[in-house]
Amino acid sequence: MENPKIIEASEVVVRFSGDSGDGMQLAGTIFSTVAAILGNEISTFPDYPAEMRAPRGSLGGVSSFQVHVGKKVYTPGDQCDVLVAMNPAALKQNVKFLKKGGVLIYDEDTFVQSELAKAKFATLDPFTEMGIADKYQLVGVPVTESTKASLADTGMDAKSVARCRNIFALGFVFWLFNRPLKKAEEFLTSKFAKKPEILQANLKVITDGYNYGANTHASVSTYRVETRKAEPGIYCDVKGNAATAYGLVAAAENAGIRLFLGSYPITPATDILHELSKLKFLDVITVQAEDEVSGICTAIGAAFGGALGVTSTSGPGIALKSEAIGLAVMAELPLVVIDVMRGGPSTGLPTKTEQTDLMQCIYGRNGESPCVVMAASTPVDCFNAAYNASKIALEHNTPVILLTDAFLGNGSSSLRIPEPDSLPPIKPAIATADMADSYEPYARDPETFVRLKAIPGTEGLMHRVGGLEKDEHGAISTNPEVHQKMVRNRQAKIDSIANVIPELEVMGDADADTIVIGWGGTFGHISAAVENLRAEGVKLAQAHFEYIVPLPTNTSEVLRKYKNILCCELNNGQFAAYLRSKVEGISIKEFNEVKGQPFQIRDIEEAIISVVKG
Amino acid sequence: MQRAMAELGIAPSQTAVISGIGCSSRMPYYMNTYGMHTIHGRGLAIATGLKVARPDLTVWNVTGDGDCLAIGGNHFIHAMRRNIDLNIILFNNKIYGLTKGQYSPTSDRGLVTKSSPWGTVEDPFCPAELCIGARGTFFARAIDGDIKNSIVAMKAAVGHKGASVVEMLCNCVIFADGIHKLVTDPAVRADKTILLEDGKPMIYGKNRDKGLVLDGWNIKSVTLGENGITEKDLLVHDAKMADPILHLKLAMMGYSPYGYAGATDELPIALGVIRNVEGISYDEAVAGQIEEVKGKKKARTLRELLLSGDTWEVK
Ligand SMILES: Cc1ncc(C[n+]2csc(CCOP(=O)(O)OP(=O)(O)O)c2C)c(N)n1
Ligand code: SF4
Ligand SMILES: [Mg+2]
Repeated sequence: MENPKIIEASEVVVRFSGDSGDGMQLAGTIFSTVAAILGNEISTFPDYPAEMRAPRGSLGGVSSFQVHVGKKVYTPGDQCDVLVAMNPAALKQNVKFLKKGGVLIYDEDTFVQSELAKAKFATLDPFTEMGIADKYQLVGVPVTESTKASLADTGMDAKSVARCRNIFALGFVFWLFNRPLKKAEEFLTSKFAKKPEILQANLKVITDGYNYGANTHASVSTYRVETRKAEPGIYCDVKGNAATAYGLVAAAENAGIRLFLGSYPITPATDILHELSKLKFLDVITVQAEDEVSGICTAIGAAFGGALGVTSTSGPGIALKSEAIGLAVMAELPLVVIDVMRGGPSTGLPTKTEQTDLMQCIYGRNGESPCVVMAASTPVDCFNAAYNASKIALEHNTPVILLTDAFLGNGSSSLRIPEPDSLPPIKPAIATADMADSYEPYARDPETFVRLKAIPGTEGLMHRVGGLEKDEHGAISTNPEVHQKMVRNRQAKIDSIANVIPELEVMGDADADTIVIGWGGTFGHISAAVENLRAEGVKLAQAHFEYIVPLPTNTSEVLRKYKNILCCELNNGQFAAYLRSKVEGISIKEFNEVKGQPFQIRDIEEAIISVVKG
Repeated sequence: MQRAMAELGIAPSQTAVISGIGCSSRMPYYMNTYGMHTIHGRGLAIATGLKVARPDLTVWNVTGDGDCLAIGGNHFIHAMRRNIDLNIILFNNKIYGLTKGQYSPTSDRGLVTKSSPWGTVEDPFCPAELCIGARGTFFARAIDGDIKNSIVAMKAAVGHKGASVVEMLCNCVIFADGIHKLVTDPAVRADKTILLEDGKPMIYGKNRDKGLVLDGWNIKSVTLGENGITEKDLLVHDAKMADPILHLKLAMMGYSPYGYAGATDELPIALGVIRNVEGISYDEAVAGQIEEVKGKKKARTLRELLLSGDTWEVK
C-alpha cells in the first residue's frame, strides 16, 4: 500500500552526514545513482572531513555527501530538505545546511552521553541546546540497534555489523522518497560482487531499513520527485575528475595516438591520476613523477614522441610547472595541463574550491608566452572540455591549460556515453615522411600559424626544437626582427584558435538589459540564480565562458549590448579584470567570493537584484 | 657519440638527443638526429617521458654537472632508481660554464670562482657515488678528448638496458682551466688513472707495473714484482657484479671527501665502465604491465569500458 501523504516535489536535496568511517559517501552515491537511473537529474557534492585522522565521533571527523535530485538540477543545492545525521557530531556540523521545516533523520542510538560529549554538547538534549527542537521535523531512528538486530543471525563480528549502518539508514531514505529498492540492490550486487557475505548483509539491512520506515513512521510525509525526459542514450554516473580522465582517453582514441599522463599527486587533482592509472588496458601510460616539474616534463617528452602528453595538478603544481609550460609554448608542442583549482595561496585550503588560479594560468610565465586557457563548467562537462582541450593542443601544437576545480572534480552527474562517431574528429598537425625534402620545423600555415610537428622515428625529418628562440628554419637566432616576428607568430597562432571555438551563447531574456556572466565551475549556481529570478519576472540574460584564451569572437559584440554586466567568480575579480583588458568600453560589476566554498545561489540572487535595481 | 651510434648501426632517425641548459647541453645542435634542447635541469625528465612513450627509440640525455646534479638532481636520482633506459652523458667540468664561472656541486672544497672568491666551503658530489647510491646500474668515466675510450663507454651505455651514466671529465678553458689536470695531465695520467676493463686484471702505471689488490676492506695499490706480487694476485674487474660495494670503492678511488685533494693519494682514478649490471628497465616494465593488464581486462575502448560498468538507458 502506498503511503497516503506524498509530497510531489520538482527537486529535493538530501545530505548524508556521519563519521568519516560511516560510509556516507557510499550511501549518497547509491542514492544519487538510483535517482539518475529513475530519470532525475543529479548533482552531488562530497564534503570530506577537515582532519584526516580525527578521532571517531569528533567534530573534525565528520564527512558528508550532499545530493540534489530533481527535474532540472544545476548544483548540489545551497541547503537540504532532508539531513541524515549518523551521530551527534554530524548533527552539530551539518544542521546549518538544513532548511527550516526540513526533515532531520538521526541515529538515536548514538545520541548518548559519551557521543554527545565527543561532539561537545553540554547537555543530553542537543536539540534544545541548539534551539532546533521545533524548527525541524525530527525523526529518530534506532539505526545502530536495528542494524544489529537485522544481522544478529549472520554471525558477523561487531565491526562488520557497524559498517552496515549506513545501508540501513539508506533503506530508510529509500522509503522516504518512494524509491524502488530493486535498483539499490542491483547497485550493491555489482559493488560487492566479490564479497558475498557483505553483499548478503547489505541486502538484508537495506530491506529492513526500508520496512522500518514503512511500518514505524507512517505519519511522516514522504516525497516523490519529478523526473524529466533526458536525451535518449546510455548513461553512467561519473565524478568530474573521472570525466576529465575519460575525455582524455576518448581524445587519444579518436586521434589514434597514445595517452600519456605525467603527474605528481596533489589534492584535489589526484583522482585523475588514479582514474587513468586504472586504464592501462586501454593503452594509457601513467607515470607518477618524482615532482611536479618532472610530471610536466615527462609529458612534454611523450608529446615530442608523438603521444597526447598530459599533466594534471592543482594551483601549487601549476606554479612549479610554469617554466616547462613556457618550453612547450616555445617548442610549439601539444600539451594538456589540467589545473583542478583549490583554495590558495600557498598550500591554502587543499580540499576546498576556488577560481583563484586564472591569472596564474593566463599570464604566469616568463616572456610573452601565450597558450590556450579554458574551463569546464559542470562535472560531466569535464569530459567535453578535456576532449576539446586535447583536440586543440594536437591540432594547433600548443599547450592548453584546462581549469576545473575541487567542486567539479569531486562532484558527480550523469554522463551520456558518447557513440563512437559522435565526437568531432581529431587530426594532429604532424609532418609525414613524404615531406622530407621541404620540411622545416617552424614553417607555418599562413592562416592558423600552426607549425607541423615531425615525430622522432620518421625517416628524413630529423630536426631540433627547444627553448631558445629560433628563426623560421629552426636555427637559433637572437636577431631582434626574428624574435619580434616569432613572438607575433606564436600570439597569432593562439588568437586564430578563436575561429575554431564556438561563439559565446547568450541564454535568458532577449530584452534584458542585465547580463550575468561567469566561467568554469560556477555555471550551475549562476544558472540557478538567474532562472529563479526570471521565474519571478526579473529580465536577465546569462553567458558563461568556456574559452578564456582566446575569447570567443563575439565576446565584445555580446557584452556591449547590455547596460549592466555582472561577473560572478570565486576570486577577487580576475576574469572581470581580464575582460576589461580585452574588451574596450564596457563596465563590469563584480560579485566575488573567496571562502573556499561554492557560491550560495541566494547570494548570487541578491547580487543580481542589487545590480538590476541600480 | 655520432661515431658510437654509427658503429652500432643505429639510424639517426631512430635517435633522439635531449639536453638541458649549459655549454655542454648545446650538443643536440651538432647532431643530425631528432633533438630537443630543453630547460635547465629538466632534460632527464623530458627524456624519461620520451623513452616511456617511445621505447623503440634510442634516447640520449646530454647534461652538465650543474644541470644534472644541482637543479636537476632530483630527476637524476629518480632516473637511477627507476632504471629508465637512457644514455646519459654527463660533462663534468666542475664549474658553471655558461653562466661564466660559478662553482658547481662537483667543485672541490675551497675552489675559488666568481661566486666563491674566498673559496667554497662545501663538499662536492662525486657523480659515481650519487649514481650508485641511487641504485644506478651503469656508470662509466672517460676523459674528454680520449676519443677511443669515450666511444667504448658510450657503446657500452647503449648496449646496457637501463639508465647508463657516462661521466666525461672535461675542461672549461675559460673558467676552470686545468680543473682535472691532477689526473688528466699527460705527464701523470698513466699513474693517476686506471682503465677498468671487464674480465681483466687491474693494472696501470706508465710502466704498467702497478696493480690493485683488496686488503681487508680497502683497495690497495701494489707494485708488480715487489713482495712477490704477480698479476694473479690482482683484482680482476667484474662490471657485472650486482653488489655495488666494490664498484663504489673503485669509483671513489682518488676522491677524498674534498674532491681530488685525494689525487695525491696513492690510488688512481678509475676510468672505463665501472659498473654495468642488469636490472629491470622502467620503460620495459611500463610496457610489460600494460600488456599484462590487457590480459586481465576485456574492454579495449573507452566505450566498451563504460558500457561494462553501472549504466542505465534513457529511451
Ligand atoms: C631556471 C634556470 N636557472 C638558471 C639558469 C642559468 N644557467 C644556465 S646554465 C647554468 C649552469 C650550467 O652549468 P653546467 O650544467 O655545469 O653546464 P656547463 O655550462 O658547465 O657545461 C645556469 C645556472 C637557467 N638557464 N635556467
Ligand atoms: S670553455 Fe667553458 S665557457 Fe667555454 S664553452 Fe667550454 S665550458 Fe663553456
Ligand atoms: Mg659544468
